[in-house]
Amino acid sequence: MYTPTMLLAILPEILLLTLGVILLVVEPFWKAENRRNAGWLTFGGLLAVLFISLLLARPADSQTVFGGMLRYDWYGFFFKMMFLFAAAATSLFMMDHEKLGRRGESYLLLLASTLGMCLMASSADLVMLYLAIETTSIPLYVLSGFMLDDKASTEAGFKYLLYGAVTSAILLYGFSLLFGFTGTTNLDTLGNALAAGPNMSGLVFGVILLLLVGLGFKISAVPFHFWAPDVYQGAPTPVAGFLSTASKAAGFAVLLRLFFAAFPGYASWTSVLAVVATLTMTIGNLLALPQTNLKRLLAYSSIAHAGYALIGVVAFSELGRASVVFYLLAYIATNLLAFGAVMAFSRVTGTDDIKDFSGLSRRSPWLGLAMLAAFLSLAGMPPFGGFVGKVIVFAAAVDKGLYALAIIGILNSIIAVYYYLNVLKFVYLYRMEGENEETHPIPLTRPYAIALVVLALGVVLLGTLFGPWFNWSNLAALNLF
Amino acid sequence: MNFPVLSVIVFTPLVAAVLILLIPADRKNEVRTTALVAAVFALALSVWVYAQYAINAYTGYQFIEKMTWLSVGNLHIDYHVGVDGMSAPLVLLTGIVMFTGVLISWGKDDPHGPTGIQDRPREFFAFLFLLAGGVFGVFVSLDLFLLFFFYEIAVFPMYLLIAIWGWVKTREYAAMKLTLYLFIGSVVALIGALAMYWTAGQATGVYTFDMLKISEAQQAGAFNGLVNFFGAQVPFQVVWFLPVFLGFAVLGGIWPFHNWSPDGHVAAPTAVSMFHAGVLMKLGAFAALRVGIMLLPDGAKYWAWLIMLFATVAVVYGAYIAFVQTDMKYMIGFSSVSHMGLVMFGLSTLNKDGLTGAGLQMFSHGVMTALFFAVTGMIYDRAHTRQIPELGGMIKPLPWAGVGFIIGGLVSMGMPFFSGFVAEFPIFMGVWQVMPIAAIIASISIVITAAYIMNNIRRVFFGEVPANLEGHISPITALDKVAIATLCLLMVALGLFPWLMAPMIQSGVNSILTLLGGA
Repeated sequence: MYTPTMLLAILPEILLLTLGVILLVVEPFWKAENRRNAGWLTFGGLLAVLFISLLLARPADSQTVFGGMLRYDWYGFFFKMMFLFAAAATSLFMMDHEKLGRRGESYLLLLASTLGMCLMASSADLVMLYLAIETTSIPLYVLSGFMLDDKASTEAGFKYLLYGAVTSAILLYGFSLLFGFTGTTNLDTLGNALAAGPNMSGLVFGVILLLLVGLGFKISAVPFHFWAPDVYQGAPTPVAGFLSTASKAAGFAVLLRLFFAAFPGYASWTSVLAVVATLTMTIGNLLALPQTNLKRLLAYSSIAHAGYALIGVVAFSELGRASVVFYLLAYIATNLLAFGAVMAFSRVTGTDDIKDFSGLSRRSPWLGLAMLAAFLSLAGMPPFGGFVGKVIVFAAAVDKGLYALAIIGILNSIIAVYYYLNVLKFVYLYRMEGENEETHPIPLTRPYAIALVVLALGVVLLGTLFGPWFNWSNLAALNLF
Repeated sequence: MNFPVLSVIVFTPLVAAVLILLIPADRKNEVRTTALVAAVFALALSVWVYAQYAINAYTGYQFIEKMTWLSVGNLHIDYHVGVDGMSAPLVLLTGIVMFTGVLISWGKDDPHGPTGIQDRPREFFAFLFLLAGGVFGVFVSLDLFLLFFFYEIAVFPMYLLIAIWGWVKTREYAAMKLTLYLFIGSVVALIGALAMYWTAGQATGVYTFDMLKISEAQQAGAFNGLVNFFGAQVPFQVVWFLPVFLGFAVLGGIWPFHNWSPDGHVAAPTAVSMFHAGVLMKLGAFAALRVGIMLLPDGAKYWAWLIMLFATVAVVYGAYIAFVQTDMKYMIGFSSVSHMGLVMFGLSTLNKDGLTGAGLQMFSHGVMTALFFAVTGMIYDRAHTRQIPELGGMIKPLPWAGVGFIIGGLVSMGMPFFSGFVAEFPIFMGVWQVMPIAAIIASISIVITAAYIMNNIRRVFFGEVPANLEGHISPITALDKVAIATLCLLMVALGLFPWLMAPMIQSGVNSILTLLGGA
């Protein structure tokens, strides 16, 4: 039965699709030298989608639409806005990329993937969820391997595809078992059916493990993280940035909703996740230490950040969920800033080895400051968003008496400080070979300048005036189902 | 609402940092002028706060500003600032060090080698002011979250300042060591603070990071419960006092966690050494007092003996190590460990004399080390060595620096009529009441301090100027003289007129004693 609410519920998705169609129709008629404008079109379009949705499609209260396929609530809406923002920033980063910038299809793939993520955040049904995950992943496989003449990129695309295919098959197997146990694919009834049915702790535990494989891959949690460094390094950098932020946040969006809806009575999953969180933080940070390539370092750091965010999930409380949402928000802005700064640098210099960042602050003081803000925020220093995110996540853990997990998190953040500061040492302290930085400036093109300024201000805003942002995160996390 | 003077003090350096970054990099003098204007402004306001602080009135906090920062569910964070008798002198101290630090860093492109900061002064002053804003912020914070927020802001610029502008030989090592030590300390304390937050909230039903509320909750008995500590039931305050106190005291250079401090002093550029030893170490001692002793007084009573033990070792050991140094900066660095040990010594007594002395010592030591490092920096910039045996006769080319160092030395030795005496005497009186043996052991340090200070003065400032330095020592600038004169006058003034500061600190101590249950 049709109601206007149904349209509002999927307004961002409808607009995204419209934007994609416009892009597809308009772009082939442009001359080759104007093709870069597809990036401006995508960026402007995404901003328009963002603002129109904010104006018109704000959910009133939580309800399911389309026969229980989707849930129209603040949680999904908040995540959708995050994805749209990340996609807008990524489209700016793509514009001056040698291989992606002048190809309409790369923007189209970005939009398709964003569409999938929006659906992931609002899915209320296992079938819908699986379709959304695939809609997200398949364009990303293509984007990762977009540079056909580059071995590393094709390898990255193929590796991502193989890992993704296997883990999503396992995830699907978990879904099918859940359906087998309960006879329903609807998340709302699933939890009740599991609770009402006979005690199947062992079996449910098995299913939880299967689901963790699939979602652990998306959020690159240990031990399903092996793909991340290779893919981030090989894939075009804007795509790597998108993978490490929006795609990871989408994984968390599903993880929170699925686990809190389906298994509230099976506390065993929190202890499994506690172990996963510990491993993820520790291994991510330890492996980041010896890296010499900045993209690989960021890959391991993003693994570690998934671990910190998992602490909030393990806390299994309202505050815990809100802390995860806020953490992801701060993390998206921060990591996009970090990847953006790396891109702006390597576009000019053609390298992303850490040692080549020597003298960056003399070559481009503003890019140096952007790196400073990004890496200090990643390290969890005020006045940047990363600090607030980390404190609130730890607060949620201490609230529930998870002192051990909080202390592990703290030890890890100390390791992390070391390698983040190490990068800044190259940026600020070391000189270029020949010490003639003045003759090697790093010009920023307009898309990079816009994106970096907005993201840097955003990171500072999230770290200082965090009141409203946390309020919205809390509102989103209040009712998941 | 009154003029929000404390916020203006805190945000002056932060805003100035942003403004300085907006100035083109090659306009070095505009950068310095902006920095100086901001520093003078902040100093003037902190003098005003100091002068306006009403000692005889209500002994609580004054100049209070409070705004809700975040209030969601069980999470409540305020922007809440105010000063009491303990923190008002420290705000003034920060203003003074910031002002003199800018003067010292001005320097000039001398033919014999540049003095002050000539490489990227824009970034230097921006980071230095970020640090200063963080330091001001910690001293005025009345909210735990806000305190951590500013505390971290005060820590990370140190890394950049030391690593970029520091002494080439050790700067990378020292900067990383310092940052890791301080970061470990602060996050350990953070866990303790979060534990306090939830425990106080559960007991009273009011969840807030507001330290005044947490203190009320503590007085109402919220922290009297037991916690499970590896299977044993241990009082809450006993468990959490040590992580919180020691976590902060790392920055106060407490033995055995002092190791980062001399390395940091040596590697840092002059103004940063001044900040580091002058105010940053006070930050640690102050936060340890504010969060550790004031919020967990029973824990403080339980562990006072351990703090006193650490402090006694620091006082004597620091002085002894300082005695055998040949590098002037290492000597002053270890003398800072020794003098900050006296602050901890005073704190550990938990009585009126000891705490008052600790408060005075924080101010006196801050001014004194700032002066020491300023003078050492001036000598190093000109002689390109800090090795005591390689120097001599410096009083002839640099009379201002020599006189300044001698006055600082007299303060350091605790001579009557100088601020050091005013501070150290009550500390020893306080310790004598609690544990006379500790006072006797620690008093050895006075003799050692006198020995190394006199030795240093004799060998660096008197005797013959070494042949290779003859004629290479250019005179110091007028700005340097202003800085030296300001710092010297303060120490003499405080030594001659202790009533300028002692009653204010006593008013702060009184409220701490109330928390500790009379005494």
